[in-house]
Amino acid sequence: MSLEKHPLVRDWIGVSGGRVVVHTGKVDFGQRISTALARIAAEEFALSPEDVDVAEVRTGAAPDEGMTSGSNSVVQSGNAVRLAAATARAAVLARLAAEFDVPTDDLELADGFITHRGSNRKTALTEALAGIDPALAVDPGARLRPREEVGVPVSHPPRGMRAMVEGRYTYLHDLDVEGMLHARPVHPPHIAARLRGIDAAVIEKLEAGGVRVIRDGSFLAVAAPGEWAAIQAAGRLARACDWDCGPGLPEIDVAAALRDNPVERLPVIGGLPEPDAALPPAPDAPDLEAAFTRPYQMHGALGPSAAMASWDGGKLTIHTHSQGIYPLRESICESLDLPLDAVELVHVPGSGCYGHNGADDAAFEAALVACAMPGTPVLLKWTREDEHAFEPYATAMHVHVAARLDGRGDVAAYYAEASGDTHRGRPRAGPDRAGPARLLANRLRADPLPPYRAEPNMNREGGNHRNLTPGYAFPETRLVKRLVRDLPLRTSAMRCLGAVANVFALESVMDEAAAKAGADPFGYRRRYLTDPRDLAVLDRLEARLREIPDPAEGAGRGIAMARYKNQMARVALSVDLAVNDRAEIILQHAIIVADSGRIVDPDGIAAQLEGGFVQGASWALYEAVTWDRDAITSRDWDSYPVIRFDNIPPVETVLVDQPDCPSLGVGEASPGPAVAAIANAVHAATGLRLRRMPFTPEAVMEAALQADAD
Amino acid sequence: MTLALRINGADREIASDPETPLIHVLRDELKLKGAKLGCGLEQCGACAVLVDGEVTLSCATPAAVFAGREITTIEALGDTPEGARVQEAFVAASAAQCGYCTPGLVVAVTALLQRDPAPSREAAMAALTPHLCRCGSHPRVLRAVEIAAGQGQGQQ
Ligand code: FES
Ligand code: FES
Repeated sequence: MSLEKHPLVRDWIGVSGGRVVVHTGKVDFGQRISTALARIAAEEFALSPEDVDVAEVRTGAAPDEGMTSGSNSVVQSGNAVRLAAATARAAVLARLAAEFDVPTDDLELADGFITHRGSNRKTALTEALAGIDPALAVDPGARLRPREEVGVPVSHPPRGMRAMVEGRYTYLHDLDVEGMLHARPVHPPHIAARLRGIDAAVIEKLEAGGVRVIRDGSFLAVAAPGEWAAIQAAGRLARACDWDCGPGLPEIDVAAALRDNPVERLPVIGGLPEPDAALPPAPDAPDLEAAFTRPYQMHGALGPSAAMASWDGGKLTIHTHSQGIYPLRESICESLDLPLDAVELVHVPGSGCYGHNGADDAAFEAALVACAMPGTPVLLKWTREDEHAFEPYATAMHVHVAARLDGRGDVAAYYAEASGDTHRGRPRAGPDRAGPARLLANRLRADPLPPYRAEPNMNREGGNHRNLTPGYAFPETRLVKRLVRDLPLRTSAMRCLGAVANVFALESVMDEAAAKAGADPFGYRRRYLTDPRDLAVLDRLEARLREIPDPAEGAGRGIAMARYKNQMARVALSVDLAVNDRAEIILQHAIIVADSGRIVDPDGIAAQLEGGFVQGASWALYEAVTWDRDAITSRDWDSYPVIRFDNIPPVETVLVDQPDCPSLGVGEASPGPAVAAIANAVHAATGLRLRRMPFTPEAVMEAALQADAD
Repeated sequence: MTLALRINGADREIASDPETPLIHVLRDELKLKGAKLGCGLEQCGACAVLVDGEVTLSCATPAAVFAGREITTIEALGDTPEGARVQEAFVAASAAQCGYCTPGLVVAVTALLQRDPAPSREAAMAALTPHLCRCGSHPRVLRAVEIAAGQGQGQQ
């Protein structure tokens, strides 16, 4: 997709200041894509990664690669950069060979120079690259330098690491320009509340003190010189508001709604929803049947969302940590009735986001504030409370599984039905103002837009049916997805989408079926696996586990595996844990084995896998968004607990390199298996099956009571 | 009377209202942007600085409270041998992803090692529990502690 839209070498590779520059539309939010891309270009140009720069991602200049999501960056941008660099290398070698009048084979590319071996004549690579024909197209068949030439990748510190540890790395939150005001939105108690009025005396007093108050319907913000002044002003204004809260947020049992709401059931075949296929019948008398649920969970970035915007009367410039600057630009233009070329978006790193968090909403809010005060740049930040209560969450999910077993205890038929709200809350333009409708402030402004009404994601392995299809060759599978709308909370894309709940369900059932069959969890899985790479990760995990001691008395070990989207990186993972007498789950050890094709940046891969494990563990053990009629009640880190250092086990990663296979992203490969392996380890330790996330002490105790009652 | 604070070894006259939380004085007035605002509620550790060598959250306590104390921010931490060693260890373990939590963690690990030069894994976990990281760099941060403490290569 990236190359189709941007077919020229210069779309991806350039030279600036005597250095090679990689252009990309993918943004770095800690997943180290810029490190990987620099290394890919460095490999093809026989350079050190430190000699390659990665250009700022800015609309108009960067290739439009849509969203940075779905673990696609290494595949899309990485592939484009590798082929563009290889094409460029071939082109400069051919040109110099002609110029020197020597065979191409006599030229050597090393250390940034192209040298003729016979005569020692040489030219700098960057100089040669600068002379490339601007119309040169990327050759999809360009010869790539094989692993033997490039050498085994070694770990270098990622870009920006030193600046990060010295506090010098610049985040969006740190931008500081002459004449800038700090802004804070004043959000309603909940998204459906309407502003009836504000105490005029308070506004007067604020304005007398140099604070600007911006109002558009129920969208409200303040701007002040200084961050603390803005925070205080926002607090004062919030207390002066009179809100009509209407009927409030629906206090319903979301798991029950997901299960029972009458919505279209879409058969999923080969990873694709097939509306016209015959609907799989419900299994009669299954040998195994269970429902698995996940609550609403939040991205919960450590640094609340922020954006800087300025409007000079004709042009709007927005600095944002959005994952999709081109789609966001389109939706902002549509919202403000501006032509595309009047708005420029520049990506500046924010804190890690794990999907679509408040970044886009904050960018649009900053734009609204900036437009109200031409000529004044504003740095708008959300508070912790704004982020917790107003980011778009990962949808709650319900996965119903039933299986029929044969005489040997093998799965003869597997049935799964996955239900959830949409994962597509990103402000992508579309019919019925679909882009603007997904920007929070448009729900609040005068003439508010109604909530976005999602259509089911019909893409292969999309949304709620991501990893719904088992990677195991069962004789019969019957899979269904259901998009349940009109639920209480706003939702969007979070790391892994539906794969978390689906892998949790499938891998829990595999564990249960193996136990029923009296088989070990490795051997049982092997009965259904044929792909050598699937088998390899499982074998490596088993081999590694043989080298370490068994879990201590009272502790348990669980395993799980998955191939992300059934087409990306493969992970097999084990967790050792114990349940203490307060019913808390204490993680003791984890091993992650992964195959993500050709390894480019081993340390970056390990970091992503470990990070994914930790986030998966946090989802499994702690996280659930709560609310009541009046408001979201998960408003800070006390009311929305997450994993902390006191429950971090040693995590080992084992990488299986496949030098001849394409490189695949790993950012979303480990969280699903982490959740499932934890559930399976709890069973090994206690005999209890936990099927409702998160596995809090209350959930453990409830499962124990349930088991006693059965 | 204006407030005077001792920050990174220098005496600074502070123009901000003394009731302003320290972090805003650091970031806004003094342009020391290394400490991060994560919550403003003393729940996440992103804003940690050293005050008389102790890890201190700067996001909620008024600046005036720190008069007469020695404040060290991440910007000056590398000037001490312990701080520099901890920073090197973080680089060696590549113990950051987005890095938003990192300045606070570097400060906390430096204070920990000053108190306990060879902390056990459990002691390190306990000392860092006030600090959140949402990217899951925890295992690497714990490795960095081992490296900084000279405990092997930080292998586990
Ligand atoms: S910002 Fe101070 S603890 Fe979170
Ligand atoms: S590295 Fe992103 S929050 Fe810790």
